[in-house]
Amino acid sequence: MADLKVTIGKLKLKNPVLTASGTFGYGSEFGDFVDIDSLGGIIIKGTTLEPREGNAYPRMAETSSGMLNAVGLQNKGIDFFINQIYPEIKQYNTNIIVNVSGSEIDDYVAVAEKLNDLDGIPALELNISCPNVKTGGMAFGTSCASAASVTKAVRNASNKTLIVKLSPNVTNIAEIAQAVEDAGADSISLINTLLGMAVDAETRRPVLSTVTGGLSGPCIKPVALRMVWQVSRVVKIPVVGLGGIMNATDAIEFMLAGATAIQVGTANFVDPSVCGKIISGLHDYCSRHHINSITEITGALRY
Amino acid sequence: MKKFIQDLVIVSTHKLNDEFFMVVLTDDPPLPVMNPGQFAEIKIDNNPAVFLRRPISIHDVDYKNNLLYLLIKVIGSGTRSLSLMKAGETLNLVYPLGNSFNTENAEKVMLAGGGCGIAPLLYLARCLHQKNKKTTILLGGRTSSDILRTEEFEKYGEIHISTDDGSRGDKGFITVNPVMKKLNTFDRLFCCGPLPMLKAFAYVARENNTDCEVSLENTMACGIGACLCCITETIHGNKCVCTDGPVFNINQLKWQI
Repeated sequence: MADLKVTIGKLKLKNPVLTASGTFGYGSEFGDFVDIDSLGGIIIKGTTLEPREGNAYPRMAETSSGMLNAVGLQNKGIDFFINQIYPEIKQYNTNIIVNVSGSEIDDYVAVAEKLNDLDGIPALELNISCPNVKTGGMAFGTSCASAASVTKAVRNASNKTLIVKLSPNVTNIAEIAQAVEDAGADSISLINTLLGMAVDAETRRPVLSTVTGGLSGPCIKPVALRMVWQVSRVVKIPVVGLGGIMNATDAIEFMLAGATAIQVGTANFVDPSVCGKIISGLHDYCSRHHINSITEITGALRY
Repeated sequence: MKKFIQDLVIVSTHKLNDEFFMVVLTDDPPLPVMNPGQFAEIKIDNNPAVFLRRPISIHDVDYKNNLLYLLIKVIGSGTRSLSLMKAGETLNLVYPLGNSFNTENAEKVMLAGGGCGIAPLLYLARCLHQKNKKTTILLGGRTSSDILRTEEFEKYGEIHISTDDGSRGDKGFITVNPVMKKLNTFDRLFCCGPLPMLKAFAYVARENNTDCEVSLENTMACGIGACLCCITETIHGNKCVCTDGPVFNINQLKWQI
């Protein structure tokens, strides 16, 4: 069996497979389908300072090889997470990473500070890339200056491993990544969803209540691979790749393009047991290619 | 309640009319415990236009013969692909999902289903019959060919039928079937069907002070409460139809009725 261990900042993962924020609930929803403890980590859905009801229905439109969502960060807020969810999930023998979202820099900082007391949370993922909220969210992730300021502010407020999740809805992803690295991020995850839209020709109405939404699934994989490759060439910190990963081969492709670890998102909706299959698929790949440690394939693209 | 992801074998598929078809599934090990009102998320292979699973009601479970019945309406590309499946092929199911109809504290109950809404009601009728509840079943459609599975429903209760054109049963909307005049004598009304029909039943139930549960069918991605796509507004905020539902008491919903 190959060694699948990877390191992201101070974070040690037993394998590179993480679950993407907003696609795996708090983990327990998947307990009947996946051994949560077998995962490299789970990333808790976007958590904000105050509870959010999210956007109106309809929030989802199926597309060819993917889906659009406009959930809008529905969550019960950080205090609910700390008091109700954390005590239930802290016994998992895996890394629990909280995705931190907000409308103002102060909100991100406040959430990060509240998480400082939770020993069972070794890392934060800073969501500066949600396309479905009116203020904040993606707005922070589309300019170097704002991406750097929110990263710096949270860096100063937290000693946990800090992963910053980037939006693909930018003209130059490498510049944003460098700005985030300079501001103190330990790692970069990309990509969040691509801004998209669906129209109902019969009713002449947009399908989503918000008109536009975030596109995910295998249809975005080529864009995600390209951006992981571009970013990993210009930053020194580890890159976590995501965007349309459906199986172990997809995961390997992201690692070859430069990712140290990967996240599985929308695939969890299609096959709630997929993460376990991806981990065993990584073992198979390593064995077929005589790889001792999976770290050997990060950035090992031949070109 | 434990959920499973399993490949089940298709015993038969057959067309019931121009829109509806039945899929009968089986498995080697005994089927898991399912409650009336629950559903399965079904994977649709070999159709590039379909990415997500399709939520389909548990229509009936025959534990004696280890058979699971799904009554499906062809609505789009995904359900059309399902309708073309053949005996011997397998379907991948994530199930049983969602909550269920509340069959406690009600002795005399009415079940009302319009169109595809009859799908979860047969298994409900079977379970109510097993509990010796006094069950009345009201089925509605546009025309006589829309009225399906009456011979099965008849095993479990007294049947009433409405069609819009009067070709079978009483003429007119299901909500004004003569049996509805006695609604105040029932302990609970269970409904499933198109949203306007559910709201009309909810209105009549409220007027008669009769407890009423409705089964909703919003578009879903995961079916297990993770994606938060299928929400409906309730008095306790947005709730997932897949996990907090699909069955809701009308008192929980923020319907203007």
